[in-house]
Amino acid sequence: MVSRFWRKIPQRYNLVGTRCETCGRHFYPPRTFCPDCRRGGKIVDHWFTGEGKVTTYTVIRTASNQFEHATPYVLAIVELDEGPRLTAQIVCRPEEARIGMRVRRVFRRIAADGESGVIHYGTKFVPA
Amino acid sequence: MREVAVVGIGCTQFGEHWSASFRDLFVEAGALALNDAGISGEQIDALYVGNMSAGRFIEQEHIGALIADYAGLASNHTPSTRVEAACASGGLAFRQAAIAVASGMEDVVVAAGVEKMTDVGTGASVDTLAGAADREWEGFAGATFPGLYAMIATDYMHRHSLTREQLAQVAVKNHANGARNPIAQFRQEITIDTVLNSSLVADPLRLFDCSPITDGAAAVVVVPLERAREFTDAPVRMLASAQASDTIALHDRRDISTLDATIAAGRRALKLARLEHADIDLVEVHDCFTIAEICAIEDLGFCAKGEAGRLTEEGVTARDGGLPVNVSGGLKACGHPVGATGIKQICEVVQQIRGEAGRRQVDTEIGMTHNVGGTGATVVVHILGAC
Repeated sequence: MVSRFWRKIPQRYNLVGTRCETCGRHFYPPRTFCPDCRRGGKIVDHWFTGEGKVTTYTVIRTASNQFEHATPYVLAIVELDEGPRLTAQIVCRPEEARIGMRVRRVFRRIAADGESGVIHYGTKFVPA
Repeated sequence: MREVAVVGIGCTQFGEHWSASFRDLFVEAGALALNDAGISGEQIDALYVGNMSAGRFIEQEHIGALIADYAGLASNHTPSTRVEAACASGGLAFRQAAIAVASGMEDVVVAAGVEKMTDVGTGASVDTLAGAADREWEGFAGATFPGLYAMIATDYMHRHSLTREQLAQVAVKNHANGARNPIAQFRQEITIDTVLNSSLVADPLRLFDCSPITDGAAAVVVVPLERAREFTDAPVRMLASAQASDTIALHDRRDISTLDATIAAGRRALKLARLEHADIDLVEVHDCFTIAEICAIEDLGFCAKGEAGRLTEEGVTARDGGLPVNVSGGLKACGHPVGATGIKQICEVVQQIRGEAGRRQVDTEIGMTHNVGGTGATVVVHILGAC
């Protein structure tokens, strides 16, 4: 349980994804294999600026047990300025969310494994 | 490659079966299908069973052997294989059975689907279903399955013409159909206000935009077409089977509100069957949410992007319309025991072609099924026709 979360700490805490040096395409969530260049790709780590805009969003009212305490929360697909899109929460009031709004990444508590388990930190976005 | 026919179908009641277990459900569906085909268990060469998540719903894996055992086939040592592609598990099980028969490897094959979802609470169920999407990069952030389809709806409504009332009409239409289906979980008609006044699950989707949590099982018997009349006077021929994949995560799609895998599988199925859209008399699509039916009608190519809402409002997709969609009640009203749904779709089209659909009968020679896994990472399309 812990290792599954722990091994992705650089990616989750600091928005570290990857980039293919062969074609220049950026990946977040990170990929270790370029779908365009396949075996001809050369993948290296890439630190994203964390700036982007909302592609689409919803307000989650019914959540799984881990997120029940947080409802209602805004969930969005954010397109980073470098190109890739990811799914993340937006820290704003539900009525503030709109398509195209500029956002920037922040480090936040996401969820926890029960009362005494590991706390999951990661990336959320706030209106820029 | 041999042609393939369906000679037997069976489906349990869909709903909350507090008193029936996973085993009870698939035994019932299997017995119905075998009885319909007029065969006994020892004639079965192989079983393919669609099941999404018995591991999390009832903490049981190794479903293939379990089913063969409780179907009374352990002493026959009948090969039995579990097939999993989230909500498309049933459609994929049917495809695997068809491939086994078409190849000549097996002759009499049962394709089944089963899901027992109500042995866990709603929170656990929501979490299990979220596993149909990307657990590491969608679920981790707090995405629920309705939440992902809600983001499809938000994107769609921003870019195309679709009113909230048109979206609600999908549920109204499917409940009207479900009211005529004896196995449906919901057999009550509803109004647009029922949908619009129901609680929000994930904006803009409300409770009545969502398919329910359901227990149920379905099974069909697949044989080579050349042997079909040994079993029935009314065999139904498989005209095409197509399957396509796409990115597991919604955020990685080319277009958020287009299911490219639906486009790919739909085109391939029509090409294999050498048919045009106008040849299809009815279609059972994967309406896990109202927006999913809108996208399915368009992505299968029955109309242009942005037109399905208007067609739904005008009644074109109603039971008595030009293109009946989800005459069974769909996932919305008939219910959605995830692994069983794809097989139930086959059962519905077979019943319609045989003329055995009772109060929901539509004049049908050729029908299509469309079964989606996740938010569109797997799509399975079948076309069936009268012999």
